[in-house]
Amino acid sequence: MNRKKDFREGFRNGIPIALGYFFVSFTFGIMGSQSGLLWWETVLISMTNLTSAGQFAGVKIIAAAGSVTELALSQLIINLRYALMGISLSQNTDENFGTAGRATLGFGITDEIYAVAVNRPVPVSKIYMLGLLILPYIGWTTGTLAGAVLGNVLPPVISEAMGIAIYGMFIAIVVPKVKEERKTLLIVLLAVAISCALRYIPVLSKISVGFAVIICAVLASLAGALLFPVPASEEGGAA
Amino acid sequence: MSFWRYLLTMALVTYLIRAVPFVAFRRKVTNRYVKSFLYYIPYTVLAAMTFPAIFYVTASPVPAVLGTLVALFLAYRGRGLVTVSLSACGAALAANLILYFYK
Repeated sequence: MNRKKDFREGFRNGIPIALGYFFVSFTFGIMGSQSGLLWWETVLISMTNLTSAGQFAGVKIIAAAGSVTELALSQLIINLRYALMGISLSQNTDENFGTAGRATLGFGITDEIYAVAVNRPVPVSKIYMLGLLILPYIGWTTGTLAGAVLGNVLPPVISEAMGIAIYGMFIAIVVPKVKEERKTLLIVLLAVAISCALRYIPVLSKISVGFAVIICAVLASLAGALLFPVPASEEGGAA
Repeated sequence: MSFWRYLLTMALVTYLIRAVPFVAFRRKVTNRYVKSFLYYIPYTVLAAMTFPAIFYVTASPVPAVLGTLVALFLAYRGRGLVTVSLSACGAALAANLILYFYK
């Protein structure tokens, strides 16, 4: 397949992702300005991280003046899934996708971009991956900018309701999986139970948001690995 | 604490966790337990971030709970990310506006 065609195909595949990203990052922008960040600080976070869950948790930690260690650990755990996706995507890249290409384009591995790339019927080339990244990156950045600027203008009755968008996206990722897999359902319910315990049990509720997510995810996933290890052939990934 | 230290930490950790495995590992993970742990991570992270935090998005819990139910229902029916997210938003917003004007 020639390069131009490869690029164009990637670019087109990025359109629906970019639309979704614009909307979700808009609510991230609102949240950023509500947390006391300047508009350009919120935009810079989006431009350098390109990830939903990690950024939302990160801004909460920054707003609470958490430690850098807590921030680093939370990003490590929340974004650990990208490590698995990178390994998985490695199985579907063409022979010209070398170290330099991986080191640069690897920046753009997100749940949705990974899902599109890994399901491509032919091996993924560098030029396809580049085309695929462009629009989602622009969507994520401009959505954040719009939200960060308008977040201060919109009345709370509207902006707080929009805050549910990111959680809606998380639900849309988790529910189809737990619907088809009983073991994942049980592990997810365990994570939610631990999360509620950390919030509502007085002694435990002193634990900060970032660490709470880490504790829930690690404990529940460990239980999952021990109780219901996945068969050797199954691939991970949120999408 | 300066914003730049936070930004650099976030960006660096997030970049490394993506790029290092993509560059270094070109074979499959073979350890069954490590693989299983990684397999559950996306779902446990997202679930723990969502519940119970989603119920506190709006000042009154009613719009938030309504939005949650809409999201769960549509996601169960297999709707896409944007549809689920927008509908949850719409439901929460409508309920919030009604509460705001009729209280």
